Amino acid sequence: MSILKFSKTHEWAKIDNNTAVIGISDYAQHSLGDIVFIEVPKVKDKVKAGSQFGTIESTKAASELYSPLSGEVIEINKDLINNPQWVNESPLERGWMIKIKIENNSEVNNLLDEAAYKDFVAKESH
Amino acid sequence: MDNRLIFEKSDEGRKSNYVKKPAIELKEPGQILPANLLREALPLPSLGELEVVRHYTNLSKLNFSLDTNFYPLGSCTMKYNPKINEELSSLEGFLNIHPFQSEACLSGALELIYNLEALLSEITGMKRFSFQASSGAQGELTGMLMIRKYHKVMKNKKRKVIVPDSSHGTNPATSSMCGYETVVVESNPDGLIDLDKLSKVVDGETAAIMLTNPNTLGLFEENILEVADIIHKNGGLLYYDGANFNALLGITTPRLMGFDVIHLNLHKTFSTPHGCGGPGAGAVGVVDRLTDFLPAPVIDKKKDKFYFNYKIKHSIGKVRAFYGNFSVLVRAYVYLLRLGREGLLRVSQNAVLNANYIREKLKNDYNVASNKPSMHEVVFSCTRQKEKGVPALDIAKRLIDYGMHPPTMYFPLIVKEALMVEPTETESRKTLDYFIDCMLKINREIEQNAQTLHDAPHTTPVKRVDEVRAARNPDLRWRFSAK
Repeated sequence: MSILKFSKTHEWAKIDNNTAVIGISDYAQHSLGDIVFIEVPKVKDKVKAGSQFGTIESTKAASELYSPLSGEVIEINKDLINNPQWVNESPLERGWMIKIKIENNSEVNNLLDEAAYKDFVAKESH
Repeated sequence: MDNRLIFEKSDEGRKSNYVKKPAIELKEPGQILPANLLREALPLPSLGELEVVRHYTNLSKLNFSLDTNFYPLGSCTMKYNPKINEELSSLEGFLNIHPFQSEACLSGALELIYNLEALLSEITGMKRFSFQASSGAQGELTGMLMIRKYHKVMKNKKRKVIVPDSSHGTNPATSSMCGYETVVVESNPDGLIDLDKLSKVVDGETAAIMLTNPNTLGLFEENILEVADIIHKNGGLLYYDGANFNALLGITTPRLMGFDVIHLNLHKTFSTPHGCGGPGAGAVGVVDRLTDFLPAPVIDKKKDKFYFNYKIKHSIGKVRAFYGNFSVLVRAYVYLLRLGREGLLRVSQNAVLNANYIREKLKNDYNVASNKPSMHEVVFSCTRQKEKGVPALDIAKRLIDYGMHPPTMYFPLIVKEALMVEPTETESRKTLDYFIDCMLKINREIEQNAQTLHDAPHTTPVKRVDEVRAARNPDLRWRFSAK
């Protein structure tokens, strides 16, 4: 069974053994507003925990996407590129962005579980 | 209102001879160009002179401009452009010159650029300027290309450029265009550069830091000398984004703050036309050790004669055809001569006073983004309004109903529900009071009738545009084939 974790930069990772699917949280999509453009890396590119892996643009602003975990990209959500609104409509399902092969499982411990992330968001929005 | 494009108004066979006949005899294109470079006539619209006049006069009536309304767009310095600038830049001698004339024929124009350079050097402390770049962003790129070349010639191994998280979007974009990795440094809770965090990311591979001062929160970076020290000790350079220079004229200089390369937006601080009303001019200034890298040519003087000097040892080359937007330079020169040293100082003092007047009058009703004193612009954070269901966007749109251009919204990115207000020095207290009254009124409307705000603006021919559709499926041009 996969586990869901969050980063303080508002990305999520659904971890299944040694792979993880990555996207942005409902709070993040809500703060950004209508998403109009997404740029993600290519398959086989490396991503690093805490480093930028892509760009997301809403009608308000362009923002960086930070990877919650390090690893190699093994799949990208190609359909999302032409349907950026999916990030708004379904941030945790259809709005997924990349799937990676996890390089270092211990990094998972640095992430927040859903309850802790909710607390973090509650504090940040005040 | 008739919203059709002029192409859609075309009426086959209608025409007018409203194009002035030139004084010289014209050749047919076929007499000058080879056949393969000729194209068939363009399907331009056919209309009579009166129809064309009406089309554009009606369009111009829809225009929202500084000449018609208060325009407090933050970080843009939408100050009034005195009409004498227009008058003098339209003098025959300036208007009808051509860059292919000989230097001897152009000496007046060259002298003006030479003198403008001297004035801006004094105002900023820079050694030399280039006026080729025709926008702030192009000025930035020019400046950063010089920094890149400097490091290359000095054989410095540099990899990254630092920008604060409050920086203008063009800063990281420019750094990337120059092939550097952009490293973002978080601001401290006051909205200023965090020296500890900065020290951690600066090392021998740091090519430069790009800063705006006052920064985009309208705050003076009070630790600028320490920042300069950290960067210089690591062999990096300081780039000054002149977007907010309107706060500092005659008070301090980028040179005193430790900057090595700067750009000035003549269309902001120096009262030349701005935005789509441009064209713009991004004057790029450098300290002594970077003059060898300026775009060629610069204008020099030998025995009372002005000439284009192409002999610049490590020049990055040209960044624009000819010599930038010359008539813009005339306007900036007129502005400087009219104001003089004392006048320029008062420009900045009044710009800062006006912003702080608005801040003081609104601070009880709208949160201010930082407790530090404001310079020439003030950033509000409309979080209290947002909690009541009215985001900064609605407030901005409602201001249009009251006859004012909205301030900058949702920027800087580190401020939630940001509204950035820059009134500039050219507004009267009466105008500022009207703006303040309207902002207070809008705040009351949130309680009384929030729907009015959600639906604003009510008074414009076009209401809220579908920004999402426009961004996702932009339709940017008229297609001739549509027929």
